[in-house]
Amino acid sequence: MPDSPAIAHGAPEPAHEEHPAYLRHHFNSVEQQADTAGFAMWLFLVTEVMFFSGLFTAYLIYRNWYYPAFVAGSHQLNVYWGTLNTLVLIVSSFTMAMGVWCAQTRRKSGLVLCLTLTFLLGLGFLGIKTIEYREKIEKHHVPGFHYSLQSFVDPQSEPEVFSEYHDKPLSLDVARHTELYFSLYFLMTGMHAAHMIIGIGILAFMILRARAGAYTSGHTTFVLNFGLYWHFIDIVWIYLFALLYLISRHQ
Amino acid sequence: MSATIVSLPDQSTARIPKVNYLTKENGILSWLLTGDHKRIAILYLISITFFFFIGGALAGLIRLELLTPQADLMATDTYNKVFTMHGVIMIFFFLVPSVPATLGNFLIPMMIGAKDLALPRINLLSWYLYMAGGILAIYTMAVGGVDTGWTFTTPLSTHYVNTNVITTGLAVFVAGFSSIFTGLNFIVTIHKMRAPGMTWFRLPLFVWSHYAASLLMVLGTPVLAIAIVLVALERTIGIGVFDPTKGGDPLLFQHLFWFYSHPAVYIMILPGMGVISETISTFSRKRVFGYTAVAFSSVAIAIFGFFVWAHHMFIMGISNYSVLIFSLLTMLVAVPSAIKIFNWTFTLYKGSITFETPLLYSFGFMGLFTIGGLTGVFLGTSGTDIHLTETYFIVAHFHFVMVGGMLMAFLAGIHFWWPKMTGRMYPEKLSQLAAVVTFIGFVFTFFPQFILGVLGMPRRYASYPPEFQVLNVFSTAGATILGVGYLLPVLYLVWSLKYGAIAGNNPWQATGLEWQTQSPPLTENFAEMPVMDHEAYDYEWLENQKRRKEVTSAG
Repeated sequence: MPDSPAIAHGAPEPAHEEHPAYLRHHFNSVEQQADTAGFAMWLFLVTEVMFFSGLFTAYLIYRNWYYPAFVAGSHQLNVYWGTLNTLVLIVSSFTMAMGVWCAQTRRKSGLVLCLTLTFLLGLGFLGIKTIEYREKIEKHHVPGFHYSLQSFVDPQSEPEVFSEYHDKPLSLDVARHTELYFSLYFLMTGMHAAHMIIGIGILAFMILRARAGAYTSGHTTFVLNFGLYWHFIDIVWIYLFALLYLISRHQ
Repeated sequence: MSATIVSLPDQSTARIPKVNYLTKENGILSWLLTGDHKRIAILYLISITFFFFIGGALAGLIRLELLTPQADLMATDTYNKVFTMHGVIMIFFFLVPSVPATLGNFLIPMMIGAKDLALPRINLLSWYLYMAGGILAIYTMAVGGVDTGWTFTTPLSTHYVNTNVITTGLAVFVAGFSSIFTGLNFIVTIHKMRAPGMTWFRLPLFVWSHYAASLLMVLGTPVLAIAIVLVALERTIGIGVFDPTKGGDPLLFQHLFWFYSHPAVYIMILPGMGVISETISTFSRKRVFGYTAVAFSSVAIAIFGFFVWAHHMFIMGISNYSVLIFSLLTMLVAVPSAIKIFNWTFTLYKGSITFETPLLYSFGFMGLFTIGGLTGVFLGTSGTDIHLTETYFIVAHFHFVMVGGMLMAFLAGIHFWWPKMTGRMYPEKLSQLAAVVTFIGFVFTFFPQFILGVLGMPRRYASYPPEFQVLNVFSTAGATILGVGYLLPVLYLVWSLKYGAIAGNNPWQATGLEWQTQSPPLTENFAEMPVMDHEAYDYEWLENQKRRKEVTSAG
């Protein structure tokens, strides 16, 4: 019966009398508790994948239908800011992973440092995203709030914007479907940013707790699972970056 | 041979154990902040009963309106709101959480020999989310309701109606997360919390079917959530994803919505099937025939359930090839359902059957679910679907499955585990009467609707041609009987809380681990960790236990 987790983790084994305060009453061992929390987190991330998958499906379908418009929309994005942001996120994933390592090896100051760096990099990502969003607002490319078809068909109609970005004019039938592209762009990056904001909020909370020595006394589950969440947001961004910025860049 | 298997302790000396999960702590806060899966199950039971009666009252209004061919009881737009709120409340606030959140919550940890669900605080959170969603739905109803039908069909919901689509959507969104967390909790619990010896193939089938339903909750519900977000954004700021004038496609919403809402049908029915497996086995004193097949048929239903959604869209302009494939896949999902029905029947074959109330409800389930399932094959066949869809045939079909199937299973389960949950028996004769009344009322209400549908009466209208009146009067009359059938259990179950006979540990002589501990159970379920050393439904083991008088009363 090795199939049974309670046995696998040596359920009522008085051999090692480890019964720390953070072991909740309904678990038999610390291992079982950590194992369970990790499994639950992975499962939660699966639901997140399904949540984003609705948007990815919509993107896939409309990209197939309105290919030229999606290519044109893609070219409107600022690939330099996008690349920089990708780097920022990857580095933040690294600092987060280091944070997990610090928690596991009980390095309190290292943990606080890593979490703070992750926090700052997360804020940095949002800052860069704001710059990008501002550009879209200036160019009136925000569906639902201010979307100007003319800005695509005749970019020179707004001389100030044109002098800054030098966009090429699009034909009307291509231009009118860029609205869908930008809807999906704002939806997907917006949903991603919402996840970032939640993550940054939790990070702030964790920094406070970590300074009080919370995660460096053996109970690392929270840091570990938050790390998974943070890497998940990172991976979502990698896909968004590829699908929204990079794809058909050469055309 | 006695005609009953009920074995109660001597009533003159028996008493409810002093220490149990109900008496452990007192005060309203000890309930509202509890982490105990059994207390949360009770909270759920009370709240879903509340929502069931709201949804039921709305159903009563619908039937009353349809008593006469003219729209005379209420204005036609009021009627639209009434059937929409009936659908929303019954589906998202009753059927989806009904068995899993009450019985599943209460029983899964006990059945696998655990002290609690893996994530007690998430469990409590999911109840609060459910309540928040429910209150929002009630609020929506109070401020004017919504009239899109429970399917929120675009572009009606995004462009045309001016009712409360957003708040209703938000209510469903929030309740959806409650469902996600319940499913997640179950999966984690079943994987990680089983007692020593409790291997996968020793799990009661109730647990298997909840596992399958949880997979659907976890994988399907997030897609509904994003679909609702898109509807809300389309409606408020016009993002264009579902708007043909901007190049969007309303059908995309249908795909996203039914990707959840078809599996949701199995979220609703699978836990009910789990209940039936337990009752059929207990009341025929036999191991469920083909245990492995029944276990895997639950998983098969869950998997196939994800690949049939477009059969809701046969007349909506999807391609002929899609129709062909989805029609075929729809036929396939009938196979595992049939496996269950046949295996239950074989379990009964040559069993020592006694006709206690839970079994009567279970028979109701088997008969009505079979009819509901078979008429589903008519609807899955594209030729007949074109004629029958959007008529009362489809209304009758899903009420046979959901009400005739799921609600019967829910009542079977509530009666079956009532002694475990409360420590007291319900009154047997009265509840047998209620089961029969429910069955008769149900058939009277919904069978005429099959005929109405074949004759071509469309659904979702407050008025109809006069030649349909006879059958509609039948249906409304049946609904009043059905109403009595549902009211009775509420009355006598509440009565039994005080006056019911003391049940003892195991009134049904059932084999599940949940019956091998005191009723009502301790907060941590078992006095000491149980070790599973026999197969599920092993009645011989139970006899041996009794002979050795080792069935402990842990009180």
